Amino acid sequence: MADVILKAKNISKAFAGVQALKNVDLTIHKGEIHCLAGENGSGKSTLIKIISGVYVPDEGEIELNGKKYSRLTPMESIEQGVQIIYQDLSIFPNLTVAENIALNHELSNKRKLVNWSRVREIAEQAVSKIDFEIDLDERVENLSVAEKQLVAISRALLHNARLIIMDEPTTALTKKEVAALFKIIKNLQKQGISILFVSHKIDEVFEISEKITILRNGQNVISGEVADFDNDQFAYYMTGRKFKDTYFEFEGRQEEPLLKVENLSLENSFEDVSFELYPGEILGITGLLGSGRNELAQSLFGLLPADSGKIYIKGKPVKIRSVQDAIKNKIGYVPEDRLTEGLFMPQSIGRNIIISNIKSLLSKFGFINKDKMEDEIEEFINQFNIATPSAELPVQALSGGNQQRVVLAKWLATQPSILILNGPTVGVDIGSKYDIHQILRGLAEQGIGVIIISDDIPEVLYNCNRILIIREGRITDEVPGKEITAEELTNLMAGA
Amino acid sequence: MKLNQFKLINFANRDNNLFRLIIMLIAVFALMSTLRPSIFPKLDNFTSMAYQFPEYGVLAIAMMLSLLIGGVDLSIVGIANLSAILAAKLLIKFVPYDADPGYTLLMIGVAIIVALAIGALCGAFNGFIISKFGIPDILATLGSMQLFTGIAIVITKGRIVVGIPYMYSELGNAAIGGIIPVPLIIYTICAVLIGLLLNKTSFGIKLYMMGTNPTASRFSGINNAIMTIRSYMYGGILSAVAGLIMLARTNSAKADFGSSYILQTVLIGVLGGVNPSGGFGTVGGVTVAILILQFLSSGFNMFPSISNLIKDLIWGSALILVMVFNYYSNKRSEKAQISKRIAETTNS
Repeated sequence: MADVILKAKNISKAFAGVQALKNVDLTIHKGEIHCLAGENGSGKSTLIKIISGVYVPDEGEIELNGKKYSRLTPMESIEQGVQIIYQDLSIFPNLTVAENIALNHELSNKRKLVNWSRVREIAEQAVSKIDFEIDLDERVENLSVAEKQLVAISRALLHNARLIIMDEPTTALTKKEVAALFKIIKNLQKQGISILFVSHKIDEVFEISEKITILRNGQNVISGEVADFDNDQFAYYMTGRKFKDTYFEFEGRQEEPLLKVENLSLENSFEDVSFELYPGEILGITGLLGSGRNELAQSLFGLLPADSGKIYIKGKPVKIRSVQDAIKNKIGYVPEDRLTEGLFMPQSIGRNIIISNIKSLLSKFGFINKDKMEDEIEEFINQFNIATPSAELPVQALSGGNQQRVVLAKWLATQPSILILNGPTVGVDIGSKYDIHQILRGLAEQGIGVIIISDDIPEVLYNCNRILIIREGRITDEVPGKEITAEELTNLMAGA
Repeated sequence: MKLNQFKLINFANRDNNLFRLIIMLIAVFALMSTLRPSIFPKLDNFTSMAYQFPEYGVLAIAMMLSLLIGGVDLSIVGIANLSAILAAKLLIKFVPYDADPGYTLLMIGVAIIVALAIGALCGAFNGFIISKFGIPDILATLGSMQLFTGIAIVITKGRIVVGIPYMYSELGNAAIGGIIPVPLIIYTICAVLIGLLLNKTSFGIKLYMMGTNPTASRFSGINNAIMTIRSYMYGGILSAVAGLIMLARTNSAKADFGSSYILQTVLIGVLGGVNPSGGFGTVGGVTVAILILQFLSSGFNMFPSISNLIKDLIWGSALILVMVFNYYSNKRSEKAQISKRIAETTNS
């Protein structure tokens, strides 16, 4: 067997009496791409923080390059070549690429004065290691997420990294960028660097990694070669539940469409978009990043009012110039970024649920009817199975899946007849994803017209009875979800 | 007894901040009463404090409204002075020395309404330039502070305005039943109204939500511009109320009265648990914070050896201490939340 870089044995860790990790083992060999999978709250992040020395485990030991540590410090971990690339990337947006790459290095060498030519030299050298082209003088805030990530990776390489841990690196990347990242990962592997790839996206895990370790509820579930797993097993080990992919069936299309869009255009975003949505339907709109899908969604909800074109709801022409107009016309919108656009993170779950529907909770004198409000909150928490001990807890205390249910509950409280969802399951784990899809199907059955805007191919394939493909701002195709394969759909999106 | 204890614990858990402030208030009260037993815990002292705090107390509530939406309203004192000056000018112009009491009372009513309207207008102006032109609150109100004060200086030519009807200050300094001062009643009315507005109306809840995350509030169908304008307008009305109290207390109006109140009200807000980045804070917390500072300053006045000169020093230290304290207690509650979250996800 090749050299062992990391050996974590019997790691246990509790926070305030709650067991986050229990007897967890993890072994990583030199030059191995290892996937650490598990749902939110399964203990992945805790384990990473123990490996990097941020947390001290209650029990167990960490062995790095053959050296045993019972109290590993962050400095020791870095000295042993462990580098973590967090989701937020920990970069300085206001500094240039070169500064971001080289400054840590300069600091750790305790230099008091900055030598700019050396900074440049270091940065050039780091970037060349992963072979990507970038303007070193560009400010990092102007880069795409993928480029920022590459900056973080090249910075990590400066510290003689032997093990790079990537925490959900693909969350904000497009397919193309993911492919580019994977190429770089393979390249690093060739240089003998091990990668611990933290993810819960099945297809990516299978594509990139050689070994898989799955955690559930803070315990090892299974560890093994990728070849020994298939999709269903992977989902089962992660969640402890079995899922069946079924197509969404839609029958009994009524004569009159719920929503009819005619020749809708918005400069530099989309052009001449026309489609219909019938009650009880789940319509998918898919396209690559920058295809205009996002802007179209925001136009329908009044965030980016269209320049020209007509919108009819139940046959009547309507004007949607603002979010208030959209809500008046019974349109709900689950935004793409739930953290910044969908939720008020530090506010209570209850307030988050009722905020868009607060008008209906007023008594005669314009005061809020507390009983009615509490009933409504309780009803939605139950209906959506939001796992929380109290509606008073801030939303930020919930897991991603539960947070997304709060956003859904908020819009359903307004009793919409049209619900637009922009990336409804981004960053949501498998179990919750499945549940959210079931909720959406239930809503369609109640006669709500649902629009899912997403680039998650299986999501639109299985859950939408019709799929519109948007490319360069125009609707190029319309296909029934049941009659197309994932590959065909990908080709249509790319225009191949 | 047991039931009461139970409730107290519940209350302490639910509203940690208010509970902490009340403990602090009791501690300050106990300290001052022990050090100056012959003067501090006496009715006279309380009556005198009840005359003193309402004017900056009402301003503190106005400041709180702007802090709640993540802003800061530096123009409150400017608005207070401008409305007081206009009310005073109006009274002086229309009420001769020998006017009959009924007419004087009527004109006082008119002057009050005019002052409140001016306050509302100035506040709405603030809200308008902030929401319409996207000027950061602190800059917008810094500008409007100069503007309002400037108008006041032009109107008064920089001089003090005196000669308002005697009846006005008599009414404003009266005490109901000989013990409850009118300013205290005015403060109470303002506090109760704003408390109701914030907690019992959709405006209040939307305001807290917008203060937490303006993007999400836009996505939730809240009209941020109207919310901002309304919030600053209420702040403007409260500022005018404070101006009217000052007018009664000093029997005069001037363009630069009470300028030290601006930062003092920010201090009260932060001490009272208002989050300066928006979204959290209650009238109850602010009220207790006002009382704490009033107890402290009245208490210090009872020590001839402690000079007035060190008052700022003490208040500044108090503010910094409170913020450091809040930092640690927030950190602790964040930790508690994380363990709660872990507990919940591992159990489900």
